[in-house]
Amino acid sequence: MTGMSLPITTQDSNLKQGGSAAQTPRMLIPHKYAWTAPFLLAAALLLAIVASLCVGAYPMTPFHAARVLLHLLWPFGHGLAQFNLKEITVMKIIRPPRVLLAALAGMGLGISGTALQGMMRNPLVGPDIVGVTSGAAFGGVVAITLDLPPAGIIVLAFVGGLLAMACTFGLAKLAHGGNNSMILILAGVFIGALFLALVGLVEFYGNVFRIRDWIIGSFVNADWTKVASIAIPTLFGGAVLMALRWRMNLLSLGDMDAKQLGVNVSVLRWTVIAVVSLIVSAQVAVSGIVAWVGLVIPHCARMLVGPDHRRLLPTAGLMGALFVLGLDDLTRSIVHGGLPVGSLTAIVGTPTVCFLLWKSQGKGWGRE
Amino acid sequence: MSNTVIEFNNLGHAYRPGEWVFQNYSAAIQQGSIFALLGPNGCGKTTLLKVLLGALKPSTGSVVMDGRSAFVPQLFQVTFDYSVLDMVLMGRARQVGLFSQPSVEDEEAAMASLDRFGIAHFARHPFHELSGGERQLVIFARALVSDAEILILDEPTSALDLKNQIVVLDWITRLSHQDGLTILFTTHHPHHALAVADNALLMLGGSNLVSGKAGDVLSEENLRALYGVDLKLLAFEHKGHSHETLVPVLPYASRARQQAR
Repeated sequence: MTGMSLPITTQDSNLKQGGSAAQTPRMLIPHKYAWTAPFLLAAALLLAIVASLCVGAYPMTPFHAARVLLHLLWPFGHGLAQFNLKEITVMKIIRPPRVLLAALAGMGLGISGTALQGMMRNPLVGPDIVGVTSGAAFGGVVAITLDLPPAGIIVLAFVGGLLAMACTFGLAKLAHGGNNSMILILAGVFIGALFLALVGLVEFYGNVFRIRDWIIGSFVNADWTKVASIAIPTLFGGAVLMALRWRMNLLSLGDMDAKQLGVNVSVLRWTVIAVVSLIVSAQVAVSGIVAWVGLVIPHCARMLVGPDHRRLLPTAGLMGALFVLGLDDLTRSIVHGGLPVGSLTAIVGTPTVCFLLWKSQGKGWGRE
Repeated sequence: MSNTVIEFNNLGHAYRPGEWVFQNYSAAIQQGSIFALLGPNGCGKTTLLKVLLGALKPSTGSVVMDGRSAFVPQLFQVTFDYSVLDMVLMGRARQVGLFSQPSVEDEEAAMASLDRFGIAHFARHPFHELSGGERQLVIFARALVSDAEILILDEPTSALDLKNQIVVLDWITRLSHQDGLTILFTTHHPHHALAVADNALLMLGGSNLVSGKAGDVLSEENLRALYGVDLKLLAFEHKGHSHETLVPVLPYASRARQQAR
């Protein structure tokens, strides 16, 4: 019996000649408008902010809202007399700080979730999953129980958030899984549960109503002090993460590969952890736990612009702002004063994550 | 060809005290040469690579690596759906500042590297949709664009079909001969080592090793001692060139085929 001989060409190794690539039609990455998406979203956010100033228990037309706002901002004008007290109160004290607070909280959570998912190489991670939210909440409730001022709440929330993240990474390292994203997530779940239990304990002995109102996640008591408290950490932290956005791609390859490419992995990782803790703690300190945003928004942004953090990070920030602002507008439109937005983000977020999980089967989730 | 770029002396590693994976290993790898590491499953090839790369601290001995290195793991998977161009662009990490983004020049360098390997047409395709052979070429392109001087590959042909095995081995030879890269690779295929490597090290377990010129080290006796099976060294002429290869002898299958005839 004579065996069949197959000709093997070794002169030209170009795969176009016979590799599977030439024969299998492949789909191009469907992110045709990836670079324009952040600009379109920025424009949409501006429009959403204007719209948000108009909706609520006392609705106004955009033109009228703009007129009131311009008169309030213009220091030399004397035309305020033409507006009634309700309009002035709404546009001076109630809506602008609330709208900015919601947008900044959503922006911070979107950016933080994206950075965490990239760093941990797992799209099922968010600030609430890895324990940072619970840690910040614990710091916050301790500060509230001790009757500390808003700055004290932020500082203790930051310390709590950072402590929780350090515990998560420490536990993962003890389990020899510092480089394994599943071990990190498990460690985060354990640490998060521990800090939530501590929150419950402090709640039991502290001012239960004040703590409950704070922790449930709401923008009801927004004021300009809270806006400043969230704006400074979010904008500063966001700027640092934006500057490191390409490095996030490298970090998402895994420690060994990133090190071989010349990345100082531990410095970069701890920078991201510190910045994420700062942003999330600031958000928790001023508006309580707003769940799921940091988990859901990065997925939606990735579907829109792809996984490259150069586009993904700004897109997730803008989408997060739009998402939380939209939900807060909805709560204000439904109930006078507004429902706690933290509950609504969880109610909307859970089915969204379930849908994304179903939709993304076989597209790479969980690859190690 | 006489500059030593990788040197390890009395190298040993134990995950637990007294349980040595390997011990007292010494070798020197010259610039621009191809060095093959062979040994049965579990003998510690990947551990040795990790020690050389600095991912694991050696229990004893020292490693000196003189030059930028790039590592190509056995199975290269990415969690996120990066494009091929994004993957190659990441090779520019040393050239791009900490708070900077890759420039147009970096993208051009990445495209040129992809073009060199004949896969520029995949630039906008998702990396994870490529075949194993194509992925290896993308990682080679990334290594080249990173200005690496040493390429360390963990079983580069293990998951590839025959054509892609030849493509990858061909590129290993080209990168060494044309670009002067020093290449260290592990393999389960002695005939691959014989075909492309200048030097080889056989990991016989514990502190036993055989190291030297590939043609001398990859003998029938040494490979029998390494794997416990018989291999036959065959020499032949093809298109005016002389070749040598190693063929395993399958005792039962050979007898069965002969009886069938």
